[in-house]
Amino acid sequence: MNIVVCVKYVPDAQGDRGFEADNTTDREAVDGLLSELDEYAVEEALKLVEAGEGEVTVLTMGPEDAVAAVKKSLQMGAHKGVVVTDEAIAGSDSVATSLVLAEAIKKIGEEAPVDLVLTGLASTDGVMSVVPAMLAERLGLPQVTFASELTVEGSTVRIRRDDETASETIESSLPAVVSVTDQINEPRYPSFKGIMAAKKKPVETWGLADLGVDASQVGLDAAWSRVVEVSARPPRTAGEVVTDEGDGGSKLAEFLASRKFV
Amino acid sequence: MAEVLVLVDHVDGDVRKSTLEALTAAARLGEPAAVFVGAGAQGAAEVLGRHGATTVYAVESPEVAEHLVAPTAEVLAQLVQEHSPAAVLLPSSNDGKEIAARLAIKTSSGLVTDAVDVAPADGGGVQTVQSVFAGSYTVTSVVAQGCPVVTLKPNSVPVEETGGGAATVQAVDAQVSDAAKAARITERKEKAASGRPSLTEAAIVVSGGRGTGGDFAPVEALADSLGAAVGASRAAVDAGWYPHSSQVGQTGVSVSPQLYVAAGISGAIQHRAGMQTSKTIVAVNKDPEAPIFELVDYGVVGDLFTVLPQATEEISRRKG
Repeated sequence: MNIVVCVKYVPDAQGDRGFEADNTTDREAVDGLLSELDEYAVEEALKLVEAGEGEVTVLTMGPEDAVAAVKKSLQMGAHKGVVVTDEAIAGSDSVATSLVLAEAIKKIGEEAPVDLVLTGLASTDGVMSVVPAMLAERLGLPQVTFASELTVEGSTVRIRRDDETASETIESSLPAVVSVTDQINEPRYPSFKGIMAAKKKPVETWGLADLGVDASQVGLDAAWSRVVEVSARPPRTAGEVVTDEGDGGSKLAEFLASRKFV
Repeated sequence: MAEVLVLVDHVDGDVRKSTLEALTAAARLGEPAAVFVGAGAQGAAEVLGRHGATTVYAVESPEVAEHLVAPTAEVLAQLVQEHSPAAVLLPSSNDGKEIAARLAIKTSSGLVTDAVDVAPADGGGVQTVQSVFAGSYTVTSVVAQGCPVVTLKPNSVPVEETGGGAATVQAVDAQVSDAAKAARITERKEKAASGRPSLTEAAIVVSGGRGTGGDFAPVEALADSLGAAVGASRAAVDAGWYPHSSQVGQTGVSVSPQLYVAAGISGAIQHRAGMQTSKTIVAVNKDPEAPIFELVDYGVVGDLFTVLPQATEEISRRKG
């Protein structure tokens, strides 16, 4: 089974994230890394391939530095990587991102058919959770998303999805686009052997021209939704903090009553 | 005035609050019209009308209801073609966002998710407000391309009744492609109802974390005294103390209630991302240095196992 895992290089969520003058995400001030939620998709792909056969290709789109996200995935055990980078893609919205990734997946599929496209449940910067559905739409594939369990039998993929009210089993034929949650597995840490092996694994770098995508279809100027203003939320002014001296609960109830919650 | 389509979120015909919020928001952009997929449109026409919808486009087809998001996106795309609405609004649920994503591609339209406010944009299109980077920034965007598709974060827009009569139900003959039916739900196990309000819609949320040591009884008791939903931090969920569907934070649900009570939760960025936009924040924690206290309107440094029961008792007493 050949799997393409889409990953994103994001500013570390622990850092003090912000914006550039053109209202795009500042990708310089805070160190970048493989989006934590994508590690679950890489891990699940490795498990599937290790239980059978096939290859895991890790795909990302971003600035040149984004290769770091691919390298981390290769250290975990993925077989090869593809980085789509081009000056024109800076500032792309989710619509343009899905276009570039879909074309890259088609190109990867020219070598050997892709059975499964795996993603995390969201990126930790944009947190939209829409790219998997957009990929499915563009590739004409079924989508089964937010999987907390995943099994493949023959050409059928089956997942479990849990929400507040129910636990559902969802089935689809392959090929399909599947997103996984952080409940599905425990991503492995790259071993020393994995880190050494990754140095020899192939990483291809593609530009928009390699994918037949015109520069006018992507980037900030082509974005169908654009940010016109960003403002830092005023920090919450810390309110009153009391130490419990036997009456903390009563004081808490009093505060809630004073705010009309009781 | 152009129509604004609102996809109705309902449970077996019962319209969820997020839909009423979306209808209220839609009225700012045009004439709200509801799109109801599944059985029960007639029964819902009154509540939808009372909240501003003049028309309900009803899609009864079981094919649409049983097959997840792809068929609903096709139906909406069909309605966008036929009616050229000014915008489409959906709830920011997992399904809502994915339907929106597919619809945006199908109709070549711009998309904004998790909006907390909408308004007509100068020069056409829709202006949206979002809260991003764990609630540390407010972002204003404009979607002008195509028919703007916007998903609304629950609890962001106060529901207003317009006093309108029952909306006119108009049956829609939906065409669903075979491709859209490739993924299907084969089994659905309902979880036992907790009797508490839904986490994303609740006006009050009480959450427990590592500090509970796995005993959520005092958290649940306080929640029940306030009529609140119960949430949990990632640490509590990872420890197996509470289900993942109750996880508040970056990798769980994002809530924006009137009151958020964090008990035994330190307040890591992962948690703050899911609750920082709450109107009033209260915390109880043994550690006076816990970062959660930087956010609170009121905090108690103390043991949740004594503070919470005392508060619960006092609240019950006051409520009589």
